[in-house]
Amino acid sequence: MVANADPGMSARQRAEVDSPALVPLVDVVEDASGITLYADLPGVPKDKLDVRVDGETLIIEGETALEIPRDMEATHVEVSVPRYRRVFALSRDLDTGNMTAELKHGVLKLRIQKAERARPRRIEVRGE
Amino acid sequence: MNGLSLFPRDLLAEMDRLQRRLMQAFEFSPSIRGSARGYPALNVGSTPDSAEIYAFAPGLDPASIDVQVERGVLSISGERRSELPGADEKSSVHFNERFAGRFHRVITLADDLDPDAVRARYRDGVLHVSIGRKTAARPRRIQVE
Repeated sequence: MVANADPGMSARQRAEVDSPALVPLVDVVEDASGITLYADLPGVPKDKLDVRVDGETLIIEGETALEIPRDMEATHVEVSVPRYRRVFALSRDLDTGNMTAELKHGVLKLRIQKAERARPRRIEVRGE
Repeated sequence: MNGLSLFPRDLLAEMDRLQRRLMQAFEFSPSIRGSARGYPALNVGSTPDSAEIYAFAPGLDPASIDVQVERGVLSISGERRSELPGADEKSSVHFNERFAGRFHRVITLADDLDPDAVRARYRDGVLHVSIGRKTAARPRRIQVE
């Protein structure tokens, strides 16, 4: 599959041809100062999580690292792929230089601040 | 029908099919209780010495997870709170996909599993329950004389 990835592809296209992955479920909430994204990534430790911004694309990728006995045989499988991937298009009013990410109990919390100029401002109306 | 209109439709159908396959991979076969979209998702495996159960249950307080073995049934239950803002807050929700609320999943255990040999750990949002087999039930190699 990797052979399909030519250098002319966007990061998003490359990520999609690399390998099969599950789409993590997310909540995304926007308030006046920015956007908060929560992504369910059960089984992904911090060192196997990759959050990156490429141009105006946000890419979230993670690989699970479960403790599985060597002689185990799977008998019932609902999560069949050890990888998650989801790609979002960011809008220009978000300041990608101002992002924080934390991973706790398999949930990624990503906070992206809005660029200063994009925040709502209250315009004072002056009378006489 | 001409080729021009057919092509984009096929492409859309193909994308739709791919999307559904991805969703299926994540949502699994529906439970008869229909609840919780299968939260937590379960993987089960077996070794000669144990049964291994992995519940993909991100975002829980480990102390709040209730794991019980009773009459040959393992049950996992708890509650996950929503991170979404209340209706009165000045924010808008763009995606609302993650499970919130109470959950309960049960697994019937094989007869040879020992209810007194259960170990449960919660790491990176996955609850791993390991149940040992009764010693007498383990396969033994019989020496041929």
